[in-house]
Amino acid sequence: MKGNEALAEAAIRCGCKCFFGYPITPQTELSAYMAKRMEKSGGVFLQAESEIAAINMVLGAASTGVRAMTSSSSPGVSLKAEGISYMAGSDLPAVIINVQRGGPGLGSIQPAQSDYFQATKAMGHGDFHIMVYAPCSVQEMVDTVTLAFDKADQYRTPVMILADGLLGQMMEPVTFPEPKTDLPDKSDWAACGHENKREHHIINSLFLDAPLLEAKVLERFERYKAIEENETDAEVYMCDGAELVITAYGASARVAKSAVTKARNEGIKVGLFRPKTLWPFPVNELKEATKDAKNILDVEMSMGQMIYDVKLATECKIPTTFFGRTGGVIPTPAEVYDEIKKITGGAK
Amino acid sequence: MTTEIILAGFGGQGILFTGKILAYCGLMAGKELSWLPSYGPEMRGGTANCSVCISDDPIGSPLVANPDILIAMNGPSFNKFIDAVKPGGLVLADSSIVDEDCKRDDITYIAMPATNIASENDMNGSANMILMGRMLVESDLFDMDTVRKAMEKCIPPKRANLIDVNMKAVEIGASSK
Repeated sequence: MKGNEALAEAAIRCGCKCFFGYPITPQTELSAYMAKRMEKSGGVFLQAESEIAAINMVLGAASTGVRAMTSSSSPGVSLKAEGISYMAGSDLPAVIINVQRGGPGLGSIQPAQSDYFQATKAMGHGDFHIMVYAPCSVQEMVDTVTLAFDKADQYRTPVMILADGLLGQMMEPVTFPEPKTDLPDKSDWAACGHENKREHHIINSLFLDAPLLEAKVLERFERYKAIEENETDAEVYMCDGAELVITAYGASARVAKSAVTKARNEGIKVGLFRPKTLWPFPVNELKEATKDAKNILDVEMSMGQMIYDVKLATECKIPTTFFGRTGGVIPTPAEVYDEIKKITGGAK
Repeated sequence: MTTEIILAGFGGQGILFTGKILAYCGLMAGKELSWLPSYGPEMRGGTANCSVCISDDPIGSPLVANPDILIAMNGPSFNKFIDAVKPGGLVLADSSIVDEDCKRDDITYIAMPATNIASENDMNGSANMILMGRMLVESDLFDMDTVRKAMEKCIPPKRANLIDVNMKAVEIGASSK
């Protein structure tokens, strides 16, 4: 199954009842799958008139307590930024999928990872974070969708899955979880009808009283603290005794893994650290994985964005270099392997 | 052991479908596999290609840079990928369409007029399956039972008549050696 289709099927299985989207390559198969299957599974599929409309429909649906999702690719996600900020400000859970392509602007339609800054640092205006997951296989995309909906509900926050055109377009074997039936009860905050039996719930991100807004934001940051403490995740591959640790996520981590395996077979002490959560960034996990490292090589399909989080996490104590391709060009394992050799000087 | 395959040709020749059959063969044989298409404007009547990896171990990069096996179904695809094939690799070209000569002597090169063979057998559009059949015999990658199982999995029931048509083309290719 294609990555895009797997994301859609997984969402339906974990109780997503509303999907609002707008077509854009390389994400379109996700919307197409939803168009075909959502109605049959008792949900709503709607192709909105624009990305902005779609994200605001998600905001509305999430307000009623149902699981809602939208998906797009880089330029489309920029358009959704305002709505995501509003959702964060209204404490609304939802899942947003970005199947990244080359940028800036309309860019290219080929796979890229140049939206890391946007996803992890500036997914809209205001004081907020969203959780960002970075799967690296079709199976992991399925698992991540389930996790993303659960965490969105648990922390009442928008959650993003940051994929890319390669993961969206590729086909791999995949198994799905059984459809979820025990969805969380949101009747304590959702606008789901009160029949005059209780006070109405207000979903709102506008607070004209500054101290009140400050209190809201502070409460939200308490939740962010809990997320940072509990939700970081990373794959650590062959980092034991590694003198060089490569940091990479998503598709570029797969490329890097091929290079690491080849280099290890030749006796080069190199490992791979792959964050599965980009926000919160797995700081402690990276510190642990790089405790023997003399060098770090950050590999991305961008001009270098995650590298700043890598340097922050290691407090710049380990020399960190960068290798990347951008604009939709995918690095090859051979290129990464050459970088490994350049840094380590080959096997000793 | 990993086998990396590139299939390339015009959009409409069944390049992506052939790759999908090979990927499903991997699934049926209990291997790790990945299938990655080229996508974008080049697919509208232009060139199409896809990367297929079949492996005993989890697959790293699904994008094949240096294939063990190349099936080229038009000239531009042949020129684009011929130099990338690993030494010792296997290259099959549809010589009904590909005019280029192979200048490499470190690979196994098979030029077969698959499109002509297909029309002679009244199977227009099956050149892809004929080439795949020959490739499977040359590489010993999958047996015919596995290919049939893959097709049964891949082709929807309402078009089940295509399974026998495709299998016949695969067997014509396989027996051409």
